[in-house]
Amino acid sequence: MTRNTGPGAKREARAGFVFASPWLIGFCIFLAYPLLASIYFSFCDYSVLKPPVYVGLDNYKELMGDELFWKTLSNTFSYAAIALPLGMLTSLILAMLLNTKVKGMPLFRTLFFIPSLVPQVSLACLWLWVFNGEHGVLNTLLLKFGIEGPNWLGNPAWSKPALVVMAVWGGGNAMLIYLASLQDVPTSLLEAADLDGASGWQKTLNVTLPMISPVMLFNLVMGIIGSLQVFTVPYIMFPNGTPERSTYFYTSYLFDNAFRFHKMGYASAMGWIMFLMILALTYGSLRLSSKHVHYQGG
Amino acid sequence: MTQSQSATARRLFVIAAIFAASILFAIVFSKTRIAIALIDIVWLAIEFSSLSPKVQKVLVIATLIALSVAFAFPFAWLLDTAIKPNAETMKNPPVWIPSEFQFGNFWKAITHGQDAIGYPPFLIYFANTVVLCSLIVSGVVASNAVVAYSFARLKWPGRDIIFSLTLATMMVPFPVLMVPTFALFRNLDWIGTYRPLWVPAWFGSAFSIFLLRQFFSTIPFELSEAAKLDGASEWRIFRDVIIPLSKPALAVVALFAFMGAWNDFLGPLIYILDQKNFTLSLGLQAYQSQNGGTEWNLLMAASSIVIAPVIIMFFFTQRLFIQGIAVTGMK
Repeated sequence: MTRNTGPGAKREARAGFVFASPWLIGFCIFLAYPLLASIYFSFCDYSVLKPPVYVGLDNYKELMGDELFWKTLSNTFSYAAIALPLGMLTSLILAMLLNTKVKGMPLFRTLFFIPSLVPQVSLACLWLWVFNGEHGVLNTLLLKFGIEGPNWLGNPAWSKPALVVMAVWGGGNAMLIYLASLQDVPTSLLEAADLDGASGWQKTLNVTLPMISPVMLFNLVMGIIGSLQVFTVPYIMFPNGTPERSTYFYTSYLFDNAFRFHKMGYASAMGWIMFLMILALTYGSLRLSSKHVHYQGG
Repeated sequence: MTQSQSATARRLFVIAAIFAASILFAIVFSKTRIAIALIDIVWLAIEFSSLSPKVQKVLVIATLIALSVAFAFPFAWLLDTAIKPNAETMKNPPVWIPSEFQFGNFWKAITHGQDAIGYPPFLIYFANTVVLCSLIVSGVVASNAVVAYSFARLKWPGRDIIFSLTLATMMVPFPVLMVPTFALFRNLDWIGTYRPLWVPAWFGSAFSIFLLRQFFSTIPFELSEAAKLDGASEWRIFRDVIIPLSKPALAVVALFAFMGAWNDFLGPLIYILDQKNFTLSLGLQAYQSQNGGTEWNLLMAASSIVIAPVIIMFFFTQRLFIQGIAVTGMK
């Protein structure tokens, strides 16, 4: 029709720009500018108090020789390597349990979901108390089952698992996303599999999982982006990354560089390295999964 | 044939992998009891599909109940500790039911340190958080509705490219932007005010734009065309046709914005300096770092005060919430 030509189209385009203008402005000021500026700052000696001084690749060279940089990087990755798969698995299992048409499903769903609503600071305070070495209720309960609980907060071997437990407890968001996608799996497919004599296990492997694979990929990518930025909970529970810097994470070190040591250029370089890692990991998971992820009708 | 063979092979592989993992777990942590329990659970899960439907149902419900108890327990412990006398928090074995219910602990936590600073800190934090959240939520709803309308219902050159670019920005981690935005707000002399926290909310955000655009696109275009024939401007169509039809989507965006603002810790940590301007998150963290480890009952009382509004909000908006989150995974 006449939608694409004439004065009407021009007027529509003008209105389009006007309506989009808050974002066009916001995008430039709060995203594009900081993103580009932080590239520039990463090549500068910059303390905010004085104007930036160009120093070339110095920040990046210093990072390569910075033990703490490598320590925080490996802490972050080893945390993500446990928290991410375990979190994905538990939230998927919970969603599958909820999808079995049991009575009282809304109640169970609410119970599993609510922990994910707890604000991060409260979450940290609550679990500081649950994990507490002397009076922690978790170890008391474990002892009832004959297990002598570890010193969760004071032992560098157990500080990261403690954070993983908390992440799993608060993983209700991903569970809801899985549940919604499980409920979207066409029953006709499952019935067809039944007619072919497929067992429940086979149906899960060959019908359900392929059908929800795009959502699994979505949760994976969001999980990668999120777990590389873990900050608030360890910042509160483990000041300065105690014990033995086992919980000193990448974002905590970046934050300290920027706002405690006023090495803004150095922090910007760390920021860009993080961004590039996220891009690479996202691209990698999209590529690797392209064979295994099944998009309906595509 | 090959299909079922490969399925069997896969099943065997999964069993082997899980067994290997459990045994590895046992070796690494020398916790044989856990390992045995794990293996039992795994075995049950694998044999699950060959059980009779009735037994299956019982097993599912038993698992759900056990897990619910585990998930709810930390909350119960939080409230239990919050109303205990402090001496009873330190008992071993723990006191499950307090000898007296000290509901006054909540007020004690709220007013902790009032004499020194001259105001009940958590009431001030609460008021600050409410003010900040309202500024953010209204900004997010207003700006993203307008922008999403443009992306969903208006044609303009470059729209689709900019929209893809918008989606891509969701991958940009906040820490990359942290330093230049701080420098920007410092030049504006905004450090120590709320402006760095709420002004950007009035300029749109990728996630909300995406959510609203998806919703606006489902509204029939005939409605806009009819309004246009009646001589309505784009603004009138937006205000009188689209907005009234999009209340659930707008509510979801508002809800997520509220949760984000209420939970935010890093932002206030960077920009807010005076204790009298603290938000609840920042105030709770300050309280914890100054008084943590002594009066656990008060810390738990303070924590539950920060959690309560979010949970209450959830119970009033449960359906919206669950739908909203379900939508985020449906790209």
